[in-house]
Amino acid sequence: MTLETESTVQPLAGQEENAVRPAPQSVGNPTPSITGASKLTEIIVVTSGKGGVGKTTTSASLACGLAQRGKKVAVIDFDIGLRNLDLIMGCERRVVYDFVNVINGDCTLKQALIKDKRIETLYILAASQTRDKDALHAEGVRRVFDELIADGFDYIICDSPAGIEKGAHLAMYYADRAIVVVNPEVSSVRDSDRILGLLASKTARAEKGESKVKEHLLLTRYSPRRVANGEMMSVDDVKEILGVDVIGVIPESQDVLSASNAGTPVILNAESDVAQAYEDAVRRLLGEEVPLRFLQEPKRGFFARMFGG
Amino acid sequence: MGLLAFFRRTPATASLAKERLRIIVAQERTNRDGPDYLPLLRRELFEVIKKYVNVDPEAIQVTLEKEEGHDVLELSVALPGKG
Ligand SMILES: Nc1ncnc2c1ncn2[C@@H]1O[C@H](COP(=O)(O)OP(=O)(O)OP(=O)(O)O)[C@@H](O)[C@H]1O
Ligand SMILES: [Mg+2]
Repeated sequence: MTLETESTVQPLAGQEENAVRPAPQSVGNPTPSITGASKLTEIIVVTSGKGGVGKTTTSASLACGLAQRGKKVAVIDFDIGLRNLDLIMGCERRVVYDFVNVINGDCTLKQALIKDKRIETLYILAASQTRDKDALHAEGVRRVFDELIADGFDYIICDSPAGIEKGAHLAMYYADRAIVVVNPEVSSVRDSDRILGLLASKTARAEKGESKVKEHLLLTRYSPRRVANGEMMSVDDVKEILGVDVIGVIPESQDVLSASNAGTPVILNAESDVAQAYEDAVRRLLGEEVPLRFLQEPKRGFFARMFGG
Repeated sequence: MGLLAFFRRTPATASLAKERLRIIVAQERTNRDGPDYLPLLRRELFEVIKKYVNVDPEAIQVTLEKEEGHDVLELSVALPGKG
C-alpha cells in the first residue's frame, strides 16, 4: 500500500549550525547590556519524561559549571508544587519570592533571583509551592525570559518536572537546546523518545518552523561494571536506539547523595568522578570536543575483585 | 567480575532490553510521525485478521518508510507456525 503524506522525520540532534536567537519581543526596548554588544542568550531545558532520573542534579551542576567559566547563568525550577532545586543548590532558606510571584507581578525579577554565594555569575529562580496548575503560563514564562535576555544572561537553564504535562511542556517550550537525561533502563529510554517527539513538535521552534531545538542525551547513573557484565545497556546501545548524540555520561555514585545532603551541587566536589563527568559535559556544551570518560570499570585490587559486588 | 558475583550471577539482560526498545521505539515513532489514523488502522487490521487466523497483536507490524517523493506504508503479519 502506498500513501502520499507529508510526514516529518525524527530529527537527529546537534547537526545544525548554531541557531541565532531572534531579538526578544518584549514590550519596549530591551536594555542593552553594559558592553553594548548584543549578546545571545541560550535557553536550555533539562528534561526526561520519567521522574527521578537526575534532571535537578544535572541542572544544578551544569549551571554551576557554566557559571564557573564566567557565563552569566540563571537556573529555573519549573517543578511547580514540588520545589527542589533550591535544596540541591543549598539556598532553600533564602527563597523569598518564586517564579510564579514574578509572573504574577508580586515582585520584580531582581527580587526573586537568588544570587549564588559561591559563584559570582550564578542565579537561581525557585519554583512556586502553589497547587494551582495554571499559575505558570507561556506568556508569563516568555516575559521572564525576555527580561533575563535583556539583562545579559548567557544561559537560562530550565529544570523540567517529570511527565509530559503542562510544567514539562512549558519548560521545553522556548528552548534552543534540550538535554534529555536518561538512565540506561527500559522505561527511561522509552520516555526519552517521547520527549524527543515533543521537542520536535510542541516547542515554539517547531511551531514557528524555525531551526530545530538542538537535542542531546545525558546518561546518568551509569554503572560500567554492570554494562561490562551485560546487565545494563551501554552508552552505544542507548545512543543507537534514540539516534541522538551523547553530551555526557555520569557514573552512578554515592557522591550525588552526599552533595544533595550538603546542598552543594556535585560538580563542586572536584575529587568526584561525577564532578569530572559533569565538567566534561559543560565543556561539550561550550563546543569543545572532549572524549567520554568513566565508561570503564575502575581498576581494582585483587581483594576488591574477589569480594566486591 | 568477582568470584562471589560469579556464583550469584545476574543474568545478562541488557541485550534483551535493547532489542525490546528498538522495536517499541520504532513503532511509537511510526505512530507519532505518521498520519493520525495509523494506530486505529493497526487496531482494525488486527480485528479483521483475527477473524481468520489467531494472531497476537505483536505479530502485526505497521511501518511507514520514507522513499523519494512518497511514503510507503508497510504491513507485515507474522502468521503462527503450523503445529
Ligand atoms: N549519578 C548518580 N548517582 C547516584 N545517584 C544519583 C545520580 N544522579 C542522581 N541520583 C539520585 O537520583 C535521585 C533523583 O535525582 P534528581 O532529583 O536529580 O532527579 P529528577 O529527575 O530531578 O527527579 P524529578 O523527576 O522528581 O524532578 C536523587 O536521590 C539523586 O541523589
Ligand atoms: Mg527534579
